Amino acid sequence: MALFIKGGRVIDPAQGLDRVADIKIAAGMLVALGDGIDGEFDPATDQLIEATGKLVVPGLIDVHCHLREPGGEDKETVATGTRAAARGGFTAVCAMPNTHPVCDSRPNVDFLLAKAAETGLVRVYPVGAITKGSAGQELTEMDELARSGCVAFSDDGKPVDRAGIMRLALCYAKMTGRIISSHCEDRELAGDGVMHEGYWSTVLGLRGMPAVAEEVAVGRDILLANSVDAPVHIAHVSTAGTVELIRVARSHGIDVTGEVSPHHLGLTDVAVEGFDPVTKVNPPLRTETDRQALKSGLADGTLTILATDHAPHTMEDKQREYAVAPFGIAGLETAWPVYWRELVVPGILPVHDLVAALTCNPARRFGLPGGTLAVGEPADVTVIDPQWEETVGWEHWQSKGRNNPFTGWHLRSWPVVTIVGGQVVMRDRRVIG
Amino acid sequence: MKWQRKDLLGIRGINREEIISILDTAVPMKDVLTREIKKVPTLRGKSVVCLFYEPSTRTRTSFELAAKYMSADTVNISTSSSSVTKGESLIDTGKTIEAMGVDIVVLRHWASGAAHLLSRHVKARVINAGDGAHEHPTQALLDLFTIRERKGRLSGLTVTILGDILYSRVARSNIWGLTAMGAKVRVCGPATLLPPEIAALGVQVFTRVEEALEGADVVNVLRLQLERQQKGLFPSIREYSRLFGLNQERLRLCRSDVLVLHPGPMNRGVEIAGDVANADVAAIEEQVTNGVAVRMAVLYLMMGGSGSGAVH
Amino acid sequence: MNLPEKAQLMDATGLRRAITRIAHEIVEKNHGVDGLVLVGIRRRGVPLAQRLQAKIQAIEGVMLPLGALDITLYRDDLTTLDVQPVIRKTEVPFALAGKKVVLVDDVLYTGRTVRAAMDALMDMGRPKAIQLAVLIDRGHRELPIRADFVGKNVPTARKENVSVRLMELDGDDSVSIQDLTV
Repeated sequence: MALFIKGGRVIDPAQGLDRVADIKIAAGMLVALGDGIDGEFDPATDQLIEATGKLVVPGLIDVHCHLREPGGEDKETVATGTRAAARGGFTAVCAMPNTHPVCDSRPNVDFLLAKAAETGLVRVYPVGAITKGSAGQELTEMDELARSGCVAFSDDGKPVDRAGIMRLALCYAKMTGRIISSHCEDRELAGDGVMHEGYWSTVLGLRGMPAVAEEVAVGRDILLANSVDAPVHIAHVSTAGTVELIRVARSHGIDVTGEVSPHHLGLTDVAVEGFDPVTKVNPPLRTETDRQALKSGLADGTLTILATDHAPHTMEDKQREYAVAPFGIAGLETAWPVYWRELVVPGILPVHDLVAALTCNPARRFGLPGGTLAVGEPADVTVIDPQWEETVGWEHWQSKGRNNPFTGWHLRSWPVVTIVGGQVVMRDRRVIG
Repeated sequence: MKWQRKDLLGIRGINREEIISILDTAVPMKDVLTREIKKVPTLRGKSVVCLFYEPSTRTRTSFELAAKYMSADTVNISTSSSSVTKGESLIDTGKTIEAMGVDIVVLRHWASGAAHLLSRHVKARVINAGDGAHEHPTQALLDLFTIRERKGRLSGLTVTILGDILYSRVARSNIWGLTAMGAKVRVCGPATLLPPEIAALGVQVFTRVEEALEGADVVNVLRLQLERQQKGLFPSIREYSRLFGLNQERLRLCRSDVLVLHPGPMNRGVEIAGDVANADVAAIEEQVTNGVAVRMAVLYLMMGGSGSGAVH
Repeated sequence: MNLPEKAQLMDATGLRRAITRIAHEIVEKNHGVDGLVLVGIRRRGVPLAQRLQAKIQAIEGVMLPLGALDITLYRDDLTTLDVQPVIRKTEVPFALAGKKVVLVDDVLYTGRTVRAAMDALMDMGRPKAIQLAVLIDRGHRELPIRADFVGKNVPTARKENVSVRLMELDGDDSVSIQDLTV
């Protein structure tokens, strides 16, 4: 029995492919891609997905999300987080290590992988901590973590405060062949800030985190990476200054990449007016200037990766005073349509580049399998209906986290089918399994 | 002018007519305070809870008396004497209070936006009695009232707000109120205590007190929170006082009929010299009296029928 | 469009005569003007009280103390109104204790305004007595209140409106009645 995806516009940037074609999937593998292969279709045994007018793309990959398990199961679990991913069109997610305990040793990685095998609906790639307990003092056993399955290292949720430790980490991680994804924040500069420092923090009387708190750290990590000739990936780029730093660094041949979240493209600090903690996120929602700079950075290739920074929280956690509510936005399920709205609709990125930023670019940078529709590869495929319209709401919502600031937004272009290893895990916006 | 809002969360977003209606209503309220029997039956059968998450004898007493003078029943809840200390959330506390039939909650809270949070979750009317560094609307209204009473107008006056603007809810509410009423507002303080983009609120920004006071009709001196110095935002109390303290010599830079305000409590000899605070140009005790009148006016206006629409 | 039917009950002359008569009655009933003060209820009771003051001065040669009372804070219907009525100043610049207060209003109807006014007076002191003077008594009392001095008794229906116009506030002197349902 085989699965046919018929008549869709197949976009696979990894192969430079963008044309109408059929796809055949059998035994979990992508076995054929071409014209008229649906002639092999046997209605008695085979399954057909009609994709005319839709986009057929490699399964989306999110290199930055928080599944919260173990320790934060009230906010999210591997099961619910991967279901949210499937509904968002993602076939693979990288789970950040800031769980309880922190994913900083082999047993923790084994636990996550076992959980993923048992309850995960999409592929889960662990990200290991840079420092033990993410305390910023001692390096983790990065080699063992890499051998156990960690695809990258990060202390995400907080920065590595000490430049010396970060330099050692970049140097050592390079030896393991894994990249460091850096949460860039100078915590002394960020202080007790809860939103972007600017006009709105002044109006609202909320403590501000200045853009320079991010940029100082980005500058530092670029220089550190350069000094040990190691690659570095900048997580959740949010300011115009960061974009410029990465642009300049890349023009000097420094191996730095950056990722952008949906919320930093879709929202600015104006959204904080009204004090709804659902808008509280770190790095914070920035200004319109920053938002436009992120778009320019994506348009000119300075920024090549899109990642959700999906950070679910319970309503109890979020319905608190703005100053004490936790940072984070649960964005897996709304990422694609927000990216579409912000990048494709205004003509900032061609669809091809949007797909690349969510498939082959992150796959290559993080050394992940997938990210392509090459024949012979495991069949991770996402079908997008660019005409599908939906209002963001809680019907069929999968994440435990409802901290999503796009609630109530009417968005167009949604993933309608998600296939992981040949298994259909989402169809017509409903998660299956 | 109609007052038709559910809550009073801030001065930002309130228009000139609404401010005038509050100030005008406060005039007869102030008369009630001068009577032998300081009580009118206006809010009989209504209940007002003062929910204070931050110590403030002055504001709490002012609200409590305002409510009592209008015959409302009042209850005070402060952090040290309720389930607040047991970790109950603001929303749960608010809902519990509401379930007991409370009509108005007067909220003082250390977190900016706390009044907004509460108003979203309870049907009772919410009056913001100061939230973090965000707003303190009734303080601004009593300042406006005091200025108007002394000067006969607000429009066209030059008002200098002096001190820690960064952390001051009094400064923010005053800026919105004064600019709405057509006053020219200057802010002055150490560069490290001026919030970013403050000029975008429609004020002139100064770091030299002499320039800020030149020709001022009113000086509103803010209280310096002494812990700011411990956080390193300025080098020493001594230098602050030397650079920004309002003394007789600096007062002479203002107009001769200058009016000096201070929201209290004062650090005499730090942000304001003792002889300035005691001088006729200062209306610091009048502000306290006017505070009760203005809060009576607010309670009165907010008790009418089915108001709708919060000020956010 | 039909204009509501409007019938004049009093013209300027009638109004002046009514004031004159009430002034005489006040003096007569109180055996002079000793300890007498006038308090008008805002808004139209105040100019009426001023006229009574002038008239009594003409009769007795004594200028009675005159106050103005705003009863808004004492109304019993505040919490049912959608918008709070504007509060005006109460100006009673003399002590009420031991005084005979003549409360003055334009129209006596349900009696609720007078009830509120009496409460307000009591809160300002302890008068020896309160008397009530009104230009028009239109009936339909809801409280056990009656006027001591009445310019004119006018039987009305509840659907009718009695409109008093005074020179000081409205530009002319007249009293008319109109049917609100027409």
